[in-house]
Amino acid sequence: MSTAARPSPRFEEVHLGDTLPELAMEITPTLIVSAALASRDFQDVHHDATLARQHGMPDIFMNILATNGFVGRFITDWAGPEAQIRKISVRLGAPNFPGDTMRMTGTVTATELQGGEGVIDVDVRGRNRLGDHVVASVSVSLPAGG
Amino acid sequence: MTAQVETGSSPQAPEPEEESLAARLQRFVGRPSRPPVSAADPVNQPMVRHWCEAIGDGNPVYTDPQAAGASRHRGLVAPPTMLQVWNMPGLRPVPPLPGEDQLGELIGILDQAGYTAIVATNCEQEYARYLRPGDLLSATSMIEAISEEKRTALGSGYFINLHETYTDQRGEVVGTMMLRVLKFRPNERAESSPPAAPPRRPRPVVNDDNRFFWEGVGRGELLIQRCTGCARLRHPPRPMCPHCRSLEWDTRRSGGRGTVYSYVIPHHPPVPPFTYPHVVGLIELVEGTRLVSNVIDIDPAEVRIGMPVEVCFITVDDELVLPQFRPTVGNRER
Repeated sequence: MSTAARPSPRFEEVHLGDTLPELAMEITPTLIVSAALASRDFQDVHHDATLARQHGMPDIFMNILATNGFVGRFITDWAGPEAQIRKISVRLGAPNFPGDTMRMTGTVTATELQGGEGVIDVDVRGRNRLGDHVVASVSVSLPAGG
Repeated sequence: MTAQVETGSSPQAPEPEEESLAARLQRFVGRPSRPPVSAADPVNQPMVRHWCEAIGDGNPVYTDPQAAGASRHRGLVAPPTMLQVWNMPGLRPVPPLPGEDQLGELIGILDQAGYTAIVATNCEQEYARYLRPGDLLSATSMIEAISEEKRTALGSGYFINLHETYTDQRGEVVGTMMLRVLKFRPNERAESSPPAAPPRRPRPVVNDDNRFFWEGVGRGELLIQRCTGCARLRHPPRPMCPHCRSLEWDTRRSGGRGTVYSYVIPHHPPVPPFTYPHVVGLIELVEGTRLVSNVIDIDPAEVRIGMPVEVCFITVDDELVLPQFRPTVGNRER
């Protein structure tokens, strides 16, 4: 389910209000567990459904590091290999449980030239059927001018 | 999270609980939440590749040396969002020495005071530079702030801001993270109710006028109300015939075939548990009455006015069966 690499847009082609290609992530147990382990997060609620239920949750759910990872991926799927993410700020909401789908959308909210760098602010939202899983603002830069 | 709790107050002489709690909590502000941590492994390609596989991240600057070398990064880099990964304590963390686990003590005090639940609400990461294979990270963590007691939708509690600073082998800061958690006393209602179940599809409101319809649906029959005075059919069900004003009626069973008279594809606002896009159709039955239903088993973009459809009955859950319509196809496999 990885996205093929695509070239970065030129900074001059990016405009306020541009929307990013939507990403629909099917939330499977495999996705949750593999992302939790790849981030070395061994908390039981991210891989053991029986223990997750003992903690009062209906099932295992995605860990925060993975959520950050998906926000980063969503940005560079669009901004490409020349992108440099500077800052990610996420607000966490409804958990991502298995069987759900998270739909990620993004909108460019600011563009600014700083030296040879084009700094782009993007608002990102990842929704599942319970509501917003994540609302994020991301600052990413692309080489400009050349 | 578990913690050895040293409250420092005698259980025989309870102090005014709330005030002493707030004061005790504030003493933790500015303290390291735990001792500094050095990463067990340097930033390395295998862990980056595992991460990219799990996240489905195809950005070549993380895994393809050639593409990375040709990019502005001039070589392989690690995904910036892995910042926190390099210093994670792992599956079998070394237990901290007494007194070193300040966050654990803080959590323990709140647990004892009844603020037993914890949830992360915000995470902010800033990256001074991208990490490269070979970078060796250290992390220091501080309890940056503790709020006053706040009422939230989850329950009353305290927001705790943790601030992490990551440095490389030269001691230069490569990134920072702020993590905000809410340590709260779960609402009575939330505590006594079962874990949040995914929302269910809305139930029909069944009354004396329409009970026949829903009972028919439960048996897999689509029934239409018929006036016994003038024999005209009507839908939705109601007590009086709009043509002859008779209050007498019976029903007839529909053959279940019709056409799409009109339709809409709602996009916003999304309402759980519906998936989007879907089709809300006004179906004109061969018998002449119309009813609102969904058109399913078709790409919403392909729905057309006048399209022939036929009824099917879907079991939504253990209490709800709904009539739905799908395109009539002569050779459809049933």
